[in-house]
Amino acid sequence: MILLDRVSKKYPRAENHAALERITLHIDPKEFVIVIGQSGAGKTTLLRLLTREERPTSGKIIVGGIDYDKLKDKDIPMLRRKIGVVFQDFKLLPNKNVFENVAFALEIVGISNREIRHTVPKVLDIVNLKGKEKHMPMELSGGERQRVAIARAVVRQPRILVADEPTGNLDPKHAWEVIKVLEKINRYGTTVLLTTHNQEIVNKLRRRVITIKDGRITSDRANATYNGKA
Amino acid sequence: MKQRLITLSRIVHTGTVNFIRNATLAVAAIAVMVVTLTIVLFSVITNATFENTIKQITNKISVSVYLSDSTTDAQAKQLVARLKQQPEVSRVVYLDKQQALQAFVDSNGSNTNLQVAATEAGNPIPATINVYPRNLNEVQEIKDYLVKPDNKKLQTPESPSYNGDRKEAIDNITHATNVLRKIGIVTVAVFAVICALIIFNTIQMAIFNRRSEIQIMRLLGASTSYIRGPFVVESAIYGLLSAVFSVLIVNSVFLASSNALQASSLGLLDIHYANEYFGDHFWELLTMQIAIGIIIGTVSSVIATRRYLKFKSK
Repeated sequence: MILLDRVSKKYPRAENHAALERITLHIDPKEFVIVIGQSGAGKTTLLRLLTREERPTSGKIIVGGIDYDKLKDKDIPMLRRKIGVVFQDFKLLPNKNVFENVAFALEIVGISNREIRHTVPKVLDIVNLKGKEKHMPMELSGGERQRVAIARAVVRQPRILVADEPTGNLDPKHAWEVIKVLEKINRYGTTVLLTTHNQEIVNKLRRRVITIKDGRITSDRANATYNGKA
Repeated sequence: MKQRLITLSRIVHTGTVNFIRNATLAVAAIAVMVVTLTIVLFSVITNATFENTIKQITNKISVSVYLSDSTTDAQAKQLVARLKQQPEVSRVVYLDKQQALQAFVDSNGSNTNLQVAATEAGNPIPATINVYPRNLNEVQEIKDYLVKPDNKKLQTPESPSYNGDRKEAIDNITHATNVLRKIGIVTVAVFAVICALIIFNTIQMAIFNRRSEIQIMRLLGASTSYIRGPFVVESAIYGLLSAVFSVLIVNSVFLASSNALQASSLGLLDIHYANEYFGDHFWELLTMQIAIGIIIGTVSSVIATRRYLKFKSK
């Protein structure tokens, strides 16, 4: 499902320091993978490479059969439609209400209004946001905003969901609500790639854990725990 | 086809909703656009008024051809016909000896001595052809045609009248009107360019404030046209409303001025004509303003969104 082969990323302004160095990684369909590491370790860069926000300096990336080397600019929107993304800072559209934010993900792929009216309430129900459809993002709590972002990421039923520290801005109660939603989505068959440095979440989930330090993978273990020292 | 219609209707709907939800930003942008479009409209009307003044001056200037008494009526009419065919001639008025005398008497209504002298001398006024140029710059060409031997032999020695003091006066007027015309065109062009730049800048600022929205939509996989479309629609609404407001402002100014200003002109500007021109060309001017507003608005939004829609190449 996700394949990275000796992928490196250097930013032009930090030529001497690689954000990622020769990362090789293979993630199977329906897996739930947690990427841990301290701030600046390269977790976000890894996810940005998968969504093609960044290009690797070297190495090969193949996601869902799409070879990024052969990907043209005009095909990038099509790629992003296949990957659901949840951002730490939510990235909700401020001028759209909850319903419209989620519906937007369907509108851009040309789904009919009728189907949108049918699907969006169902997904909002899954993330416990029933009754908040007309609220604007600024009227919601952090946890609610993040659940809107998750609803938006999963409403198209992507085969891959990438979540970049989705609990980073949330209190423990709301953080667990979000994690539960991600687990539920994974049970429906979506491959989930979650970055976090929340020790408690990692230890309770006991999933495959990939540790990144200074841009390199230092460990890759199944059913792993985390002692907070990446 | 159906899919395209759905997309188009969504773009228009989103643009309209965004316009309403970003009301504060919209009011600020429209205010700036109204001011610039009003200036453009005023400069167009002023230019048209100057053009009219120039036209009126041009209509009063003619080259007089005095025919010698030996020229027959048939020869005079042939000359008139030839003159009418000249491209630089606007119209030709022929006065036979009797009509020329009458015109002379009429134009010197207050000077009875001169009238008596002219009548008693057995009509010394020659038959006259008044030749009106299309353009003041072409008076010399008309004169050149008239002094050709075939034409000159039909005229009195002092004909045609484009000589000496009269030539100097016509040349001065021609020069002045040419300068005035150039100033008018340059003024309209300068205001139009300034207007375009200000509107572009205003829309660029409005879109800059919402660049994160564009980037989010990009990350979600929206196509370029689907992201850009609502911004274009929103800017077109700015342009449309600004154009209508600018025309309403100018309309109110003319209504107020026709009541308050007793004078019919302000220096070279003929207010009466300007008012009349605005009234006669109301729909054309409104259409022009709407077209300017919408075109500059949409083009600006297309350019302004471009930089936020680019994909990283490195």
